[in-house]
Amino acid sequence: MLILSRKVNEKIMIGEDISLTIIEIRGDQVKVGVEAPKSVKVFRQEVFEAIKNENRAAAVSNPDLDSLSGIILQ
Amino acid sequence: MEIQTKSMGLVDIVDKQIIELEQGFYGFGQYHRYALIDAVQKPFIWVQSLEKTDLAFLALDPFLFRPDYEIDIEDSLLVPLAIESPSDVLVFSLITVPGDGNPITANLQGPLIINRKNNKAIQAILADPRWQTKHDLVAESAAKRGR
Repeated sequence: MLILSRKVNEKIMIGEDISLTIIEIRGDQVKVGVEAPKSVKVFRQEVFEAIKNENRAAAVSNPDLDSLSGIILQ
Repeated sequence: MEIQTKSMGLVDIVDKQIIELEQGFYGFGQYHRYALIDAVQKPFIWVQSLEKTDLAFLALDPFLFRPDYEIDIEDSLLVPLAIESPSDVLVFSLITVPGDGNPITANLQGPLIINRKNNKAIQAILADPRWQTKHDLVAESAAKRGR
């Protein structure tokens, strides 16, 4: 892991085409600008974790399948 | 061919039921091949792993219960699917059935997107805050019928 400090308006480059800019620091919140090619997926970590957790929950579903009948009207 | 499934025993499938997720589902990146099998309870389907018998997801066409559902994805993220026509695209939401009596939910934030021409698929993550990982299937289906 690389740990470094940056001031407002300073950037971090990741490779040649991804940059992170510290836009604002207020209390315990930092506003970060992310510039990356459209092919790079950029998410808040919580979003990514939420999808993973939901997949895990879905995978352990051992449905009482009778409860599904008739839920969706076609 | 016959495959062993998590909840339906041995099931006979044909090649066109098999989808390939190069990246896998998030959290299950090591599994890439799944079969789409109609559940007994239509219109639900099973997304059954071909590599791990006890890995299967229940899924549903999200538009059946949320006609207002929309998917907006960067074209560049869809490149691996090599989609030629929007009519080739199939979309499913994964369904969670909690064991504790909590509501059955659909994940509209992380849809499964399939090109049915070549059976390549991805799990997308949508940026639109309207679509979350837990949409109450019963409540929102009832809302739809009430409209």
